[in-house]
Amino acid sequence: MGWFNRFRKGITTETKDKKEIKEGLWFKCPKCKNVVSIQEHNENYNVCECGYHEKISAKMYMDIIFDEEEKIIELNPKLRSADPLKFVDTKKYSDRLKATQEKTGLNDAISTFHGKVDKQDLVVAAMNFEFIGGSMGAVVGEKISRAIDYCIDKKVPLMIISKSGGARMMEAAYSLMQMTKTSAKLTQLADAKIPYISFLTDPTTGGVTASYAMLGDINISEPGALIAFAGPRVVKETIGKDLPEGFQTSEFVLEHGFLDYIVPRKELHDKLSLTLKMFNN
Amino acid sequence: MVLLDFEEPVGKLLNQLEKIKEVEKDSEVDVSKTVEDIEKKIEEKRKEISKSLTPWQRVQLSRHPDRPYTLEYIKAITKDTFIELHGDRTVKDDKAMVGGFGDIDGQTVMLIGQQKGINTKMRQYRNFGMANPEGYRKALRLMKLAEKFDKPIITLIDTPGAFPGIEAEERGQGEAIARNLFEMVKLKVPVICIIIGEGASGGALGIGVGDKVLMMENTWYSVISPESCSSILWRSWEHKEEAAAALKLTSSDMKKNKLIDGVIKEPLGGAHIDKEKAFASVKTHIKKYLKELSGFSGQERIDNRITKFSEMGEFVED
Repeated sequence: MGWFNRFRKGITTETKDKKEIKEGLWFKCPKCKNVVSIQEHNENYNVCECGYHEKISAKMYMDIIFDEEEKIIELNPKLRSADPLKFVDTKKYSDRLKATQEKTGLNDAISTFHGKVDKQDLVVAAMNFEFIGGSMGAVVGEKISRAIDYCIDKKVPLMIISKSGGARMMEAAYSLMQMTKTSAKLTQLADAKIPYISFLTDPTTGGVTASYAMLGDINISEPGALIAFAGPRVVKETIGKDLPEGFQTSEFVLEHGFLDYIVPRKELHDKLSLTLKMFNN
Repeated sequence: MVLLDFEEPVGKLLNQLEKIKEVEKDSEVDVSKTVEDIEKKIEEKRKEISKSLTPWQRVQLSRHPDRPYTLEYIKAITKDTFIELHGDRTVKDDKAMVGGFGDIDGQTVMLIGQQKGINTKMRQYRNFGMANPEGYRKALRLMKLAEKFDKPIITLIDTPGAFPGIEAEERGQGEAIARNLFEMVKLKVPVICIIIGEGASGGALGIGVGDKVLMMENTWYSVISPESCSSILWRSWEHKEEAAAALKLTSSDMKKNKLIDGVIKEPLGGAHIDKEKAFASVKTHIKKYLKELSGFSGQERIDNRITKFSEMGEFVED
C-alpha cells in the first residue's frame, strides 16, 4: 500500500506529466480551434472556453477531488494482468502490456485511492484511458472488488470514475466475467448501505457501461462525454444511417433518464462534496 | 440438410445414401446391406470430423441454420405446457427475447431466452436474436415474477449480441444489461443458464448470471465474436479463425478456465442431427442441477454465486 502526499498546490500538474497534451506551450481546442497557453488551459481544469472538456488522467481527477492537506492512500497498486490466455493478435498481449506499463508508468487501467473531500472520506476508483483504452480486464475487476471490500470494511462511500472503451478483448471471457464480478460485489456494497457514485467520463462504453458504470446510486457525468453501450461507429454501421446530432453525449443520456446530473469539471469538487454530505448527514 | 464446408465428406456419403434409396424404390433389389454400410461410414466420418473440430468450426456449428432455437427446446422440455408471457410493462414486447412458465415433470419453472428466426421473415421478426433493452427488462420482470412465487429460472442463451441501434441506446441498453447482472446475482431462486448457440458478450451475459452456467458442446461464449475481434485487433475480417482460437471461446476451453460450470454433450455432428436427443440431454441436466440446487437456501445460493463470480479473473501481484 503506497502513501503519497501532494507536492504542489491546486491542479497544476506539470506539462511533462500529462500524456494527453502534445509537446509545446499551447493548447488548441479540437472543437472550437481556440488556442490558449497550456498554463491557462491547466488553470481552467483542461476545459476550453467553449465548454470542451479535454480527457484528463486519473491522477488529475485526484488533484481536483481530494483535499490537498490530507493523506491519500493508493490501494492495491501492484496488481498486474497475468495474460492467462497467452493471447496473441498482431502482437503478443504480454508485450503490449509491458510496453504500455513502461509508457504510462501505470500497472493497469484503473487506480484506486482513499482520500478526503472536504474532510469526508471517499474511495475513488479511477480508470486510466491511456492504458489500452481504459479497457476492463481481470485487474480492473479485482481492484474494484477489493475497493468495495475496503469500503464495506471502513464504511466509506465509493466513487468509480469510468473512462473506458469497454472490456479488454485480450482477456476474452475473463474480461466479460468482470462485468458480473463487479456487479456481484456492488450488491454487497448496496446491502451494506454504502453510497456508490458512478462518474461516467469521456468515453464510457461497452461492457463498462453495461455493468458498474450504470449501477450507481447516483450516476453523474461531465459535459459532452461519450456514453454508450454500442459505440457510434457500430450503431451507424448497423442501421446504415447518419446518427442524430448529440447522440450518445452525456446531455443525451441525461435527457433519456440514465444520469442524475452533469457537472462541469470546475464545479466537480464542490458538487461532489455536497452530494457526499447528503449521504453522510 | 445444410452442410458446412468441413462436413463435405459426410455430404458425399449422404448423397450416395439418397441415390441408393431411390434405386430401392424403383426396383426390387435389396440394398439394406449397402445402406447399413454407408450409414456406418457416415457415423465414422462424423466421429472423425468431430474429433478434430477447430474453434472456428464450432462457431460455425453454433450458428448452423438447422440448429434448434430456444422455443424448440422449451416446447420439447416442457412437453408443450409452455405459457408464453409478454412485455416489459414499460415500452413494448421484445420479440428477440421470449419467456414464460412451463412444467418440467411436475415442477413449474420460468424459462427465458433469446429467440432467433427460422426463415428470412422470422429472422427479421425476431431481430436475429438481438434483444433491445425492453427484452432484458422483460426477462428481469419474468425472473422477479418467478422469484416471488419461488419458481426456479432456466435461461437459454443464443444471441449474436445485444442490438446496437439508436432506440436501444436511447432506452439504455447498457443500463438494462447492468441491471440484470445486479439483480440476477440477488435472485433467491435457483438459476440455471445454458448456452445453446451463440453466447456473444454482454448480450448473452444479460441473462447469463446463474448458480450453474452450462454450455452445449458446440457453442461459443466470449466477450466478442471472432469476426469483430478480427476486425478490431487485426484490422481485417480475414483473421476470424485465428481470433476464434485466441479467444478460447469453446465449451471445453471455457470449462477448463473455470468460467462455466459444465458442458452438455451434443449428438454426434451437432444438436441439429438428432434434436430429440439434444432436448433430452438438456432436460436431464436441468433436472439434475435443480435437484442439487434445491439443497441450498436462497441466501446460500446467492453467497455461492457471488463467491463464484468474484473468483473469476487471473492476475499477478508482486
